[in-house]
Amino acid sequence: MTHIAIADQPEEELHEPSSFVTKYIWSQDHKVIAIQYSITAIFVGLVALVLSGLMRLQLGFPDSFSFIDPSAYLQFVTMHGMIMVIYLLTALFLGGFGNYLIPLMIGARDMVFPYLNMLSYWVYLLAVIVLMASFFVPGGPTGAGWTLYPPQAILEGTPGAGGGILLMLISLAIFIVAFTMGGLNYVTTVLQARTKGMTLMRMPLSVWGIFIATILGLLAFPALLVSAIMMLLDMTVGTSFFMPAIVSLGEQLDYSGGSPILFQHLFWFFGHPEVYIVALPAFGIVSDVLSVHARKNIFGYRMMVWAIVIIGGLSFIVWAHHMYVSGMNPYFGFFFATTTLIIAVPTALKVYNWVLTLWRGNIHLTTAMLFAIGFIFTFTHGGLTGLFLGNVVIDLPLSDTYFVVAHFHMVMGVSPIMVLFAAIYHWFPKITGKHLHTGLGKAHFWVTFLGTYAIYLPMHYLGFLGVPRRYYAMGSTEFVPDSAQDLNASITVSALIVGVAQLIFIYNVIRSLRKGEKAESNPWGAASLEWQTPDTPPKHGNWGPALPVVYRWAYDYSVPTAKQDFIPQNMSEEEVERVDDSETSSTEGGEDVKNIGDEPVGDNP
Amino acid sequence: MKIFRTLSEKPWIPHPAGSEFLAKNYQKEIFIGRTALRFFISVVSVIFFLFTITFLTRSQFPDFQALAGEPWQPLSDASHLWLNTGALLISSIALHWAHVSARKNQLNGAIASVMIGAFFALLFLLGQILVWKQLIELGYYVASNPANSYFYLYTSVHGLHLLGGLFALAYVTLQLMKKNSLVTFSSSVRLCAVYWHFLLILWLFLFALLTSSTDTINIIAQLCGF
Amino acid sequence: MKIAIVLIILVVGSVIFHFVSPWYFTPIASNWGTIDDTINITFWVTGIVFVAVNLFLAYAVIRYQKKKNTKAHYEPENKKLELGLTVFTTVGVAIMLAPGLFVWAKFIEVPEDAHVVEAVGQQWQWTFRFPGKDGVLGKTEVAHITPANPFGINPKDPAGRDDILINSNEVHLPKDKPVKVVLRSKDVLHNFAVPQFRVKMDLVPGMVTYVWFTPIKEGSFEILCEELCGLAHHTMRGRVVVDSVEDYQAWLNRQPTFAQTLKVAEGNPEQGKALYAVCGACHGQNGEGNLAMNSPNLTSLPEWYLVRQLEYYKKGIRGAHKDDPLGQQMAAMAGTLANTKSIRDVAAYISTFSDSPADKTVEGDPSSGYSYYVTCGTCHGKEGEGNFGLSAPQLVGQHDWYIKRQLENFKQGIRGKHPDDQFGFQMVLMARVLQDEQAVDDLIAYLNSLNDK
Repeated sequence: MTHIAIADQPEEELHEPSSFVTKYIWSQDHKVIAIQYSITAIFVGLVALVLSGLMRLQLGFPDSFSFIDPSAYLQFVTMHGMIMVIYLLTALFLGGFGNYLIPLMIGARDMVFPYLNMLSYWVYLLAVIVLMASFFVPGGPTGAGWTLYPPQAILEGTPGAGGGILLMLISLAIFIVAFTMGGLNYVTTVLQARTKGMTLMRMPLSVWGIFIATILGLLAFPALLVSAIMMLLDMTVGTSFFMPAIVSLGEQLDYSGGSPILFQHLFWFFGHPEVYIVALPAFGIVSDVLSVHARKNIFGYRMMVWAIVIIGGLSFIVWAHHMYVSGMNPYFGFFFATTTLIIAVPTALKVYNWVLTLWRGNIHLTTAMLFAIGFIFTFTHGGLTGLFLGNVVIDLPLSDTYFVVAHFHMVMGVSPIMVLFAAIYHWFPKITGKHLHTGLGKAHFWVTFLGTYAIYLPMHYLGFLGVPRRYYAMGSTEFVPDSAQDLNASITVSALIVGVAQLIFIYNVIRSLRKGEKAESNPWGAASLEWQTPDTPPKHGNWGPALPVVYRWAYDYSVPTAKQDFIPQNMSEEEVERVDDSETSSTEGGEDVKNIGDEPVGDNP
Repeated sequence: MKIFRTLSEKPWIPHPAGSEFLAKNYQKEIFIGRTALRFFISVVSVIFFLFTITFLTRSQFPDFQALAGEPWQPLSDASHLWLNTGALLISSIALHWAHVSARKNQLNGAIASVMIGAFFALLFLLGQILVWKQLIELGYYVASNPANSYFYLYTSVHGLHLLGGLFALAYVTLQLMKKNSLVTFSSSVRLCAVYWHFLLILWLFLFALLTSSTDTINIIAQLCGF
Repeated sequence: MKIAIVLIILVVGSVIFHFVSPWYFTPIASNWGTIDDTINITFWVTGIVFVAVNLFLAYAVIRYQKKKNTKAHYEPENKKLELGLTVFTTVGVAIMLAPGLFVWAKFIEVPEDAHVVEAVGQQWQWTFRFPGKDGVLGKTEVAHITPANPFGINPKDPAGRDDILINSNEVHLPKDKPVKVVLRSKDVLHNFAVPQFRVKMDLVPGMVTYVWFTPIKEGSFEILCEELCGLAHHTMRGRVVVDSVEDYQAWLNRQPTFAQTLKVAEGNPEQGKALYAVCGACHGQNGEGNLAMNSPNLTSLPEWYLVRQLEYYKKGIRGAHKDDPLGQQMAAMAGTLANTKSIRDVAAYISTFSDSPADKTVEGDPSSGYSYYVTCGTCHGKEGEGNFGLSAPQLVGQHDWYIKRQLENFKQGIRGKHPDDQFGFQMVLMARVLQDEQAVDDLIAYLNSLNDK
């Protein structure tokens, strides 16, 4: 394979790490930073997972756990939501996978600003620490719901109205600073550090998804920053941006004239793109996983790119569908219902194209592939229930009920997490040089996939019934039959099983790091650039002495004229082994085809 | 449109031999800095755009009292703010000079211009703080009216961005001392200058908005559909 | 292979679950059947897509599983197919969207003959206001809100004088008459939702929102707050009773106007003194209470609370439970008070008593009790001083054995279960936090420590 001659290469300063500290702690290597981001994000994610388990205990078995009082319940709800959406999913997809994959997939030695990249992680860690500190201040963390709607977020009468909400807002502001540092890095790297021959349309869809998601983040997070700053001022110096005249707990407050709905507009102007900040990288990554393990090019690559771009654009003009019953000008309903349902079209096309990628493929049912198929199922389910809520009149009965909870967990919780696991099982051999254990991986998949469906399918029906979300307890009501409590208990049991099953995954990772089967450099037979590094795991600088040169797109799988069933992106036309014309039509792919992309069976864990 | 042409490429079709590597300059520092700065300026613009949206919305509530318009209102006489604007303008021009001098290989000129630029930027910040002091003395506190809140909010966020720029400028100058490379300095200080121009334009916009009378603000708000 | 079979089972299972599930929309009780129709259309469209996509996925997985010496098909894209799918999806979306927008247009246009009711939300109570004879609601402002004027009606606005005030969480509406519910909040966001009516809308402080519907079934329906409004969000319930027009009118005629509520006479302690003679037998001549007689200390209770409880006893809202012998005694005694006037008089007399010390009989760990009390303190005050604005009585100064018994009663539903006892209902939900006797004792130990201050 050809590489650029050393003389052609731009001069680059690579800060070669010399000690343990510079190599693993104050590292400027995008791969180390990616792992730091991922470990931190997964750690807070586990905290949030435990919180959700506690919430489910209260809902499934009310009156059994004395430490879960109404304040604690609302605090669990709030922290669970905020951590999962921002500190886990956003950080893991962009800070983790974005950091790891972008330079490797586009053939760069590192991010363009390695120092800034390092800083981004440490500032993120600071945001996490500030957030976690709110568990330990008097009054505890805020219990205002993850949307932090004023006035209640900053008033007595809401748990954590003092230190809790203050630390939450500060932590968010810090997170946004961290994200902006990282985000500028990702977009600039994608635009300016691609290797020779890597045109934009030759980039793998993972990079496209992460790239567009980062742009969304850069443009959307300012809205959260603006609302956080203004709410901080309302809270600390007594301005009235969002605070109208209020009698709170029997006392007249000094506020007047502010508009709580203004906050909601700002929040959702951030909040809706945030959904796609999580979803677009997932879309991209799952496309690559499906394509590699089906040994087939992604179907309709251009459509997939356009859909990512169009969804990204549309995501800025649908925000008020979160506010149909907020009391905003009701005429907005027409506009936002229409734009919201329009966004279903490109999204549906993506689903079709994933399925069509499998169609006429040569499907290897590896663990990663199972998770990817699981994603298609859960995402289809979650996407379709979105059509209920996006249609403004259907939102009237369903909004603020468990239907909403089930919908967004399906589409924004379960689906991206399916992709996260698919991605981890897919790239783990490259990241560590070891295979994850297949049997454990599949067990993990089955419990997670079936368990989450057992949680969320019935939950939609609680919503139809009209059970409101964010209720500590339903108490006795006329319209909710007693059997709903049994349903809640069964949901709780499923949730606990799924929660505990994640230990299988953690065990699998630890076990495989220690004694996992050694992985060759390209075990799945993938064509994209990250699998073509000279070393596995890739060393600092990624590419050895010379950068790779790219000659083709990332999806040359099962090309009829080629002997091998994949052609790496950096393989020039002359190097490709071609079959004779007479053989083209036959089904034979040559001897070397059959083992490519198989997973090691592995011994007993 | 180039973007549409790019997006409609069919990547599975091989490029004609040799054509594919011609189009792009690979990994040049200068493009990297420029791209990053463009994105950063977009981010800051979005922040101020959103502040302004909330400003216009909030201005339509009855308790909003603009700071200018009637003669007794404090910003009807904006001479102090004009002086500050002048300082920022000089600072902006000086940084441009710094870039030009560096490109012409005039080390002393470049350093002198940077110093002038930094000095006037600090002067601007000091001037803004003096305006705050004046307002406070007149009894226009941050929470007494939303218009006041916005004045303090806008000026402080804008000031913080300028302060951040000053740190970047200090770093760039230190790099010049260390490495003595006028070429790198020229391109870095150019980025600073662009950022300064942006902050100047932003300030002019904020200046106009904050010193508008209630009527003007109402007209703008109505034009924007609030 | 397994995955394909599981996908098929999940698809079939989901469809079956949908049809056999006993958990589905409550029977509709308003004119918004069109919303249900839109939901049904959406169910059909999305259901077909769900089944089709996933069965196709399962089929693809079965049919194209890895085979030796086989290559996948090579096809970068298929414009015709993609275009076809785009058109197909767009049509499906239009089928769902069009009726939705049509119904929404009706939802935001209130019929001209709709009568108006105002629902006022505050943490964590509902109250209601009718416009009275003139058909116009008086102007309101937060600044006017006082204990005597909880609705904040401008006393100078003539349109407000005849407004009918419902200082309770139960409102009556006539059947088959369209109603526009005007929504107003005193403090934070709330949400007015009645599942059987299908519609809901937020209450936003600083502005007025609305929702309209026509009740088509007589009966009693629960109002839920569905926008997180703080700690006791889940206890913020109310009730809509849909009556025949005659019953509704009769009910409405019994409710006071704003002018009348302003004129309600203060209780007269002089006249209350004579009435109190009966009470004193158990509660003591100075209202100090008596453990042997199981009678609580009255001196620590605010006047408005005494009035409310006496009325509850008299109307059988409190003390009617079969397991509440002490409450039954009190209900019998309260029945001897002739009318509202005498209740107010006796309450006024009781509030002239000076504070009498409280018994301390319960042992517990006050520091553990504090962690429970944080929740209670939101309404009852950090020092247990009570809060009229939240209808929460004072707790300090009360005999601890009495508080303990009331908490037990709330937990067991002996007190607070009556549908008209709106605050009792809240206490029933909140008392559940105290799951064992130790928790109750600890909490009371903390209250006792407040007494010492």
